[in-house]
Amino acid sequence: MDIYLPIAEMSVNSLLIILLGGGVGFLSGMFGVGGGFLTTPLLIFYGIPPAVAVASSATQITGSSVSGALAYLQRGQVDIRMGLVLVAGGVIGAGVGQIIFSALQTVGQVDIVIALIYVIFLSVIGGLMLKDAVGALRAARAGQAAPARRARHLPWVAALPGKMRFARSGLYISPLAPMLLGALVGMLTQIMGIGGGFIMVPAMVYILGMRAQAVVGTSLFQIIFVTAATTLLHATASKTVDIVLALLLLLGGVVGAQLGVRAAQKLSPDRLRLALALIVLGVALRLFIGLTWTPAEPFALFEGA
Amino acid sequence: MARLILPVLLWLALAGAAPVRLITQLSTARIDINTSFRGAELLVFGAIQYPGGAAPGRTPDIAVVVRGPAAPVTVRRRERLAGIWVNGQAVRFESVPGFYAVAATRPVDRLADERMTAIYEIGTRNLQLSPASNADDATTRAFEAGLIAARSRAGLFAERPGGVQITRGVLYSARIALPAAVPVGEYTAEIHLVDRGRVVASTSAPFSIGKSGFERWVYLMAREHSLAYGLAAVVAAVLAGVLAAAVTQRRW
Repeated sequence: MDIYLPIAEMSVNSLLIILLGGGVGFLSGMFGVGGGFLTTPLLIFYGIPPAVAVASSATQITGSSVSGALAYLQRGQVDIRMGLVLVAGGVIGAGVGQIIFSALQTVGQVDIVIALIYVIFLSVIGGLMLKDAVGALRAARAGQAAPARRARHLPWVAALPGKMRFARSGLYISPLAPMLLGALVGMLTQIMGIGGGFIMVPAMVYILGMRAQAVVGTSLFQIIFVTAATTLLHATASKTVDIVLALLLLLGGVVGAQLGVRAAQKLSPDRLRLALALIVLGVALRLFIGLTWTPAEPFALFEGA
Repeated sequence: MARLILPVLLWLALAGAAPVRLITQLSTARIDINTSFRGAELLVFGAIQYPGGAAPGRTPDIAVVVRGPAAPVTVRRRERLAGIWVNGQAVRFESVPGFYAVAATRPVDRLADERMTAIYEIGTRNLQLSPASNADDATTRAFEAGLIAARSRAGLFAERPGGVQITRGVLYSARIALPAAVPVGEYTAEIHLVDRGRVVASTSAPFSIGKSGFERWVYLMAREHSLAYGLAAVVAAVLAGVLAAAVTQRRW
């Protein structure tokens, strides 16, 4: 069924958008990532103006994160204190990101910069995850237990002053470290329309040294707040939130997230990680092709002042 | 008696010299964009009114030009920088119609000479887009061609030779397809009567395209009450998440 989007000013197939939201929501619930890194480029492929795609997918991520975080909260797998510190950093980062986003918009390079940042981040994260997953699967096939991950934070994190106890994460560290991490991710969220989970999740494990069980739920918890702030900033500053598009994405997204949390408890995590790594690398490759192959349209049009 | 005859004679003399007139009507004065909008079709029809009511032996040509609200557009050429295509040199056009379509009884270049089509802006190549840049003429023309090609591919600029039907040399009609991506705003339909390569009569009729009902309400909320709109989006997202969690988890 076709529905006209009032802000994007175009007509879309609603079933396709709901399915897209559902698929991305599923990944979100499973891995603790927002999923915007998939939604935004897929919406742009579909023909939604980039600015609208970025803003509206932030709204969807809020919903699927609430859905997923509640499921993890019931299982006692959310560190709320850690989450709030990350949020505090994230809000500061989002403000800085909005300034950068507006500046790029006036220069007319916003689509290129967004695509370029995507390619770099998606390749690095996808590559790391692929290496991890393949290593773990190979070890499992050889009949060995996967090497236990060293749950320790980096030396500079320990050096920061003013330590605080994060019980569920199993940490006694300065809140400055997660706050800085939150600010960095919040900035990316604002510019790229992503929850930042796919950076946050590895960073929580490798940089902060958080306990693995608490990572996914806490990541989703902080994503709720950061993307809610992102939606508000986009709604007031660039006025590009399409609520009809967001609602369609949400419809699939919140249901997909629930299914994702259940699947994460049942299926082999290494196979899932392998699948996510391949999807992430696929999106990176598609964007890379778009950036480097001779474009079909030699000119780009920018309307208004 | 003489007082009566004089005006009649005067009227007859004037009527004899009176120009051909065009009478026109649009199928609608307002096109509403609602949730199920997938494009629309505008019917432009009317009659050619000849002095004395007698149509000449030969059938003249008609060109129907429909144009939407004009806005500035910046065109950037994609240029390769270290292997990556970036948006390079820019030319700004001050007045680019958001929609432009020509339907005519024959191709634009065979309708009238270049000067005539340029004056009346008949045909996409004859649009006066008001380029504002210090680029040279050839560059500006290349960018203009790029702009027209991009808009044509999007279905927003169109030329349809043979798109006007003339019945018995008097009645004319044209159907103009408006795609789902048409901008909202004030539109005009201009109708030109072309005889032996000269525009002998012109008329125009306005119409508007606007969002209606829910689409309009959402658009206005986003524009004028942006904070409330943003909050509503966040609340909707949170509620949807809570609802999904509650439905799938019995304990909630």
